[in-house]
Amino acid sequence: MPTNGVPTKITQGSGTRGGIGESTLRPDGTLKVTGEFAYSSDMWHEDMLWGQILRSTVAHAEIVSIDTGEALAVPGVYAVMTYDDLPAEVKHYGLEIQDTPVLAHGKVRHHGEPVAVVAADHPETARRAAAKIKVEYRELPVITDEASALAPDAVLVHENRDDHHAGHVPHPNVVHRQPIVRGDVAAARERADVIVEGEYTFGMQDQAFLGPESGLAVPEEDGGVHLYVATQWLHSDLRQIAPVLGLPEDKVRMTLAGVGGAFGGREDLSMQIHACLLALRTGKPVKIVYNRFESFFGHVHRHPAKLFYEHGATADGRLTHVKCRIVLDGGAYASASPAVVGNASSLGVGPYAVDDVDIEAVALYTNNPPCGAMRGFGAVQACFAYEAQMDRLAEKLGMDPVELRRRNAMEQGTLLPTGQAVDSPAPVAELLRRVKAMPMPPERQWESSEGADVRQLPGGLSNTTHGEGVVRGVGYAVGIKNVGFSEGFDDYSTARVRMEVVGGEPVATVHTAMAEVGQGGVTVHAQIARTELGVTQVTIHPADTRVGSAGSTSASRQTYVTGGAVKNACELVRAKVLELGRRRFGSHHPAWATAELLLEGGKVVTDGGEVLADLVDVLGEEAVEVEEEWRHRPTEPFDLRTGQGNGHVQYSFAAHRAVVEVDTELGLVKVIELACAQDVGKALNPLSVAGQIQGGTTQGLGVAVMEEIVVDPKTAKVRNPSFTDYLIPTILDTPTIPLDVLELADDHAPYGLRGIGEAPTLSSTPAVLAAIRDATGLPLTKTPVRPEHLTGTV
Amino acid sequence: MRIDFTVNGRPQEADDVWEGESLLYVLRERLGLPGSKNACEQGECGSCTVRLDGVPVCSCLVAAGQAQGREVVTVEGLADHARQRACSTGARGTSLDEAKAWQPQGADSQTGEGTELSPIQQAFIDAGAVQCGFCTPGLLVAADEMLERNPSPSDADIREALSGNLCRCTGYEKIMDAVRLAAARQSEGV
Repeated sequence: MPTNGVPTKITQGSGTRGGIGESTLRPDGTLKVTGEFAYSSDMWHEDMLWGQILRSTVAHAEIVSIDTGEALAVPGVYAVMTYDDLPAEVKHYGLEIQDTPVLAHGKVRHHGEPVAVVAADHPETARRAAAKIKVEYRELPVITDEASALAPDAVLVHENRDDHHAGHVPHPNVVHRQPIVRGDVAAARERADVIVEGEYTFGMQDQAFLGPESGLAVPEEDGGVHLYVATQWLHSDLRQIAPVLGLPEDKVRMTLAGVGGAFGGREDLSMQIHACLLALRTGKPVKIVYNRFESFFGHVHRHPAKLFYEHGATADGRLTHVKCRIVLDGGAYASASPAVVGNASSLGVGPYAVDDVDIEAVALYTNNPPCGAMRGFGAVQACFAYEAQMDRLAEKLGMDPVELRRRNAMEQGTLLPTGQAVDSPAPVAELLRRVKAMPMPPERQWESSEGADVRQLPGGLSNTTHGEGVVRGVGYAVGIKNVGFSEGFDDYSTARVRMEVVGGEPVATVHTAMAEVGQGGVTVHAQIARTELGVTQVTIHPADTRVGSAGSTSASRQTYVTGGAVKNACELVRAKVLELGRRRFGSHHPAWATAELLLEGGKVVTDGGEVLADLVDVLGEEAVEVEEEWRHRPTEPFDLRTGQGNGHVQYSFAAHRAVVEVDTELGLVKVIELACAQDVGKALNPLSVAGQIQGGTTQGLGVAVMEEIVVDPKTAKVRNPSFTDYLIPTILDTPTIPLDVLELADDHAPYGLRGIGEAPTLSSTPAVLAAIRDATGLPLTKTPVRPEHLTGTV
Repeated sequence: MRIDFTVNGRPQEADDVWEGESLLYVLRERLGLPGSKNACEQGECGSCTVRLDGVPVCSCLVAAGQAQGREVVTVEGLADHARQRACSTGARGTSLDEAKAWQPQGADSQTGEGTELSPIQQAFIDAGAVQCGFCTPGLLVAADEMLERNPSPSDADIREALSGNLCRCTGYEKIMDAVRLAAARQSEGV
């Protein structure tokens, strides 16, 4: 993997093996390849029961009655609980707005909403018992889109709203609205030589993490409960769980079980409260594991969106203005919708410099499945639309689409539509230049001496073409994603670092509550500790709530924020260790008092390289431990009328070039190559960085040509809740993903790093769409592109 | 019902098995072998892939009763399986002496240090093919079986052989690298 750019100067620990910048291997790798890594669905306890959730079969209805009698009579059933059995005053939860009932109360608002829970001694018994619960529904009209949500006689999805957005939204079926207005669009419009308008539709994407929602709740003797669960943020779960159980937070202990992927889908609670309720009710450990069908109902999805854009430019390709309106479908409950609105609006024009903007983003309450966090978080939908617009504009100007982007590319110092200056490198033009300069894949690579290798053609092993009707296309896109939680959120992380001698060697132990969901945070924490403390042996303590919050594993923030907290705690430990050394050995050598001292290779050394002492001797029998919170620079909310404000912490940029081949007769697409150039600030672990970029790229490919949760517009019911009908890319669908990784340090961030996990998910989708448009000449304004969109047989 | 079968070379019996239970459920919940994964339980994702009399199958689609009297290899037995194959066949380029002398490389690991790994397991770690790891056991079993049949696969061969195994984290590039690496090491007799 080529890495280029300005390297960050690192002195402390540069001589220690396995520190930052190296591709050290995962500490959990061996356990994961041997099958011994304990995922949440692998949890087991003697005498444990299995929990099962009964979900609504309709999208919007009043609950007339619930009869649990038959279910309770099933042998092997220990408990059946409904809303009436909830133990505490608090019966709702939610990330930001507590609008989600733990179990439905009088009404269901979406297909698959939890209505009752069952505990039994075998999962099949629990399933059968749940099926015997009789729920009588009186169906209500369904709200499914903006027109039905805002109609004069629209049914309110939530009545009597008193949340903090209720006062400023134009209608109670709007969760949140964020306008962003800067400059004078009307005047700028007069200067435009060309104007392009577009209307785009982004389908509902599922995170489709492979490890199903699952966990084990174990009742404890003090009346509390210990929950082993796969989540993205232990302390956020805790804050929502404890009140509903009627327990103080210190009686709800949480330990992170192995997490089989997340991608935003584990930010909201799923089975956590239900398992705890059943465990406390029965006095027995309760395990809940969703199957894939239930998983499609058990977590929020990526907001589907309608996006309306107008771009203007002068004849030489300078943007005059951008107007846009982004309508996100939040579904039945708020989840992360307000923050998604903030991202979609503030990043709504993309990584371009444009002074005159008029942006509006809204999220709706509907009876569709609830939508919330997914990798890219609002920026994905906008990028799909503004990049399509840039291509339209280039075509109308008769200009190369990359050249048009380059002329308008944001730079360091450019103001966002929110008025915030981008105060770190913004190599947008450079990333485009690099991705365009990468070698092109050869033409007709399916040809071999033995004829066509159909595996490399659209249609693949279906053997639908040997090259007839196949047309190649190339497309480009670039995007901008914010890193970290924005809009004034107190986005801190906590790290506890301990250093002591174990078995004759100095060992560092890093304890955080960070959810390792596959991204490799545990690898990076060990690297940071080695670099900062000059040791080889680092133990990563399991994540739990016995240490302070590490914030969420989302928003590309963990390496930055929890990594920053680990770095900070290590620095404090280092200072204490050096102080210990001065006390013990200071009289032995004048350099203890006068020189800059480093920890390297298990020793205290001067910056000139002279060894002063072994850490083993400095530490002796003592353990040095620090627990400390760490924060990035504060942000501020966006003004509710103008959208102005320094709302973001940092940005992440990636550019893609997609090469596709399309069987224009059958409408089948084969993505041949999806090259990516990304600025990562500093690659703490280059191997993991590549894995993040390639994985994110592939999720963007999925939404371009395959992935969509199909919701029936008449009933608001989900039609494809399975991997048979919701398709994610296989290894045959996924092309090679060559990378060019740039490292331009962000001076505000630890080691100059940038959060990297999401940016590649943004530009991948519009690059593929652009390539298909290039091959077919079709406008293609909707994701995913399906064969009928290409053959005109819709 | 009771089921007697061989798992990773050892005779096993499972009692009180309900007729509707899958082989996957019996492995995970009755035999304490949760390595085979439960990502979809409908035969679409390959995370539960095991060898049944040598043939890779989705264990979620095999009724437990169908395993009666048969041999199952799971990810937990993959290292043993690879070692026995190496000893019994000369390992396609690896001499018996080399096979006996083969040492797994210690991973940078909290636990499991020094665990014996099969070449494909080691290659997955070395190439960065593991992220969340939930697809990994099924992919390892499938990839190991492919390399047994086809020691020098083309990229297209690898993609075809692994097309029944979904991975959501990696974008498959590092998985391709890992299988290429394992094949190369196998051909060099490393």
